[in-house]
Amino acid sequence: MADTTQTAGHGPGSGSHSGGDPTRRDFIYLAAAATGVVGAAVTAWPFIDSLNPAADTLALASTDVDLTPVQVGQSITVTWRGKPVFIRHRTPEEIKSAVDVNVSELRDPQTDASRAKKPEWLIVVGICTHLGCIPLGQKNSDPRGEYGGWFCPCHGSVYDTSGRIRKGPAPRNLEVPSYAFKTDTSIRIG
Amino acid sequence: MAHGPSSSFKNPVVNWLDQRLPIFTMIQKEYGVFPTPRNFNYFWNFGAIAMIMLVTMIVSGIVLAMHYTPNTNLAFNSVERIMRDVNFGWLIRYIHMNGASFFFIAVYIHIFRGLYYGSYKKPRELLWMIGVVIFLLMMATAFMGYVLPWGQMSFWGATVITNLFSALPLVGQDIVTLLWGGFSVDNPTLNRFFALHYLLPFVIAAVVFLHVAALHITGSNNPLGVEPKGPQDTLPFHPYYTVKDSFGTVVYLAIFAAFVFYAPNFFGEPDNYIQANPMVTPPHIVPEWYFLPYYAILRSITFDISIPFTGLKLIEAKLGGVIAMFGSIAILFVLPWLDTSPVRSARFRPIFKKGILAFLVAFFLLMYVGAQTADAAWHLGGLEIPLVYVGQFATLVYFGFFLSLPFVGLIEKPLPLPASIAKPVLGGGATAAGAAAKPMEKA
Repeated sequence: MADTTQTAGHGPGSGSHSGGDPTRRDFIYLAAAATGVVGAAVTAWPFIDSLNPAADTLALASTDVDLTPVQVGQSITVTWRGKPVFIRHRTPEEIKSAVDVNVSELRDPQTDASRAKKPEWLIVVGICTHLGCIPLGQKNSDPRGEYGGWFCPCHGSVYDTSGRIRKGPAPRNLEVPSYAFKTDTSIRIG
Repeated sequence: MAHGPSSSFKNPVVNWLDQRLPIFTMIQKEYGVFPTPRNFNYFWNFGAIAMIMLVTMIVSGIVLAMHYTPNTNLAFNSVERIMRDVNFGWLIRYIHMNGASFFFIAVYIHIFRGLYYGSYKKPRELLWMIGVVIFLLMMATAFMGYVLPWGQMSFWGATVITNLFSALPLVGQDIVTLLWGGFSVDNPTLNRFFALHYLLPFVIAAVVFLHVAALHITGSNNPLGVEPKGPQDTLPFHPYYTVKDSFGTVVYLAIFAAFVFYAPNFFGEPDNYIQANPMVTPPHIVPEWYFLPYYAILRSITFDISIPFTGLKLIEAKLGGVIAMFGSIAILFVLPWLDTSPVRSARFRPIFKKGILAFLVAFFLLMYVGAQTADAAWHLGGLEIPLVYVGQFATLVYFGFFLSLPFVGLIEKPLPLPASIAKPVLGGGATAAGAAAKPMEKA
């Protein structure tokens, strides 16, 4: 292949390029090889991208939830994109303990206000950010860990009443999905 | 070539074929008269046994695929139908299930044989590396196969393992979505795992062919680790090793059959007979036994790696665990260059011999730790030892064994090597062998 460190020059196309100036033929070799590489990448992309979520999978990407029947202190789990979403109607004590935290001491510092659009409703994806298990704590009889939120039985991560990681191996807080209040008592997730 | 080699087989049909495609000549050369060290012990059976297991898995797997449905709504029931309704379906599935375990047992013994007798050393480095590729392909195939019955362990094992890739910086989550074909392990994931689980065994078979081809360039290592020096050191492969391999295979298959018929679920997890439920995580997720040591290494990295005094996080614990887990296999690729000793067999390497036994103990310890819950502990008297410390210690031994090899090669004084394979085999015994030994050029 052409020695690209040589200054550009174009011989008469002798085809001999053993240490000499790059020839037209060298240029054509390079251009052809580069076109081939780009072509291969362009051809490969549809096959790789076909493994990404399909249109019908993406079409199921939002879920509507009616919050009317959920009592204070109660939690429900809904399915969104095949994942569990935890919706907790928090008690005033739970809201207070979530707000009264020195945010700078957290592993993944976030205020409670940035995680809940309305303080009484906490909506998080119920998947531990460690390795994807579903934490316990949706039932009042479940272990909720020492911060009253959720406890992951797989590797012992503990989340608080704002779904923030407080103890254990998980690196981040429980994810807050994008959602909007359609009315005061119904939401659309996604 | 324009003309095949002239062959002189008695059977005219064989002769006609061989002149056009010299396959019989090749078989005769590679498996008939192929010169093989005369001093193999039974550890040398396990390559052939692994080959038989691969064939067993492919044959039973193809039949299972004819009855299996890769759809999240149907997969679990189609496996139950194989167990209850398909003629001999129970037998074929139990062969396939336990066959995976016995394939791994054979391959683990085969790898340990290579480690103990220094089969990875020059000139067999590439042979060894191809073997590591086979091992990786086997792990991928086994992992995806375990997902197919769509039980609770299938689903949650797939979730935990695919989530490992989310630890990669920047692109992690996109890679996980690409693997899943959705936002969680779901139908697209099951479909592609089935396609790949069907494909990969044939890739393995092709790489096994390269493995055997490379073996027939260098010839086999042997328990003394001394190269054959002439015909007095070798035997023709047939009938000597065809018979020895057949005998070992039959014994191995007898043990395999005992499990298939009398303890078919010994290696399995009861939770996998519960259909996958994405809303409920089983209280204790364990991988199949052959992945336990690596799972334990993954869980041993519970600490972030930071730049000292700055508090700057370099590697999060989660990523560190993933790196350690993949590193524990990747280190095998560089083993031929880590080990600086010219002596192959551990028989003549006093320090290496202790090291590899410590490594073996650490491997089994990791296997034990990997099967326990994350917060389990040993209670010795009043003392409580969390198993995560045991796992960290064993991880240290695992990597320490490999990383100390360059230094072991420098300080170790090997025992005298026999002058040839024939000497200790044909008598004279240890004293004669010792007397005839050349002093090692090094140390």
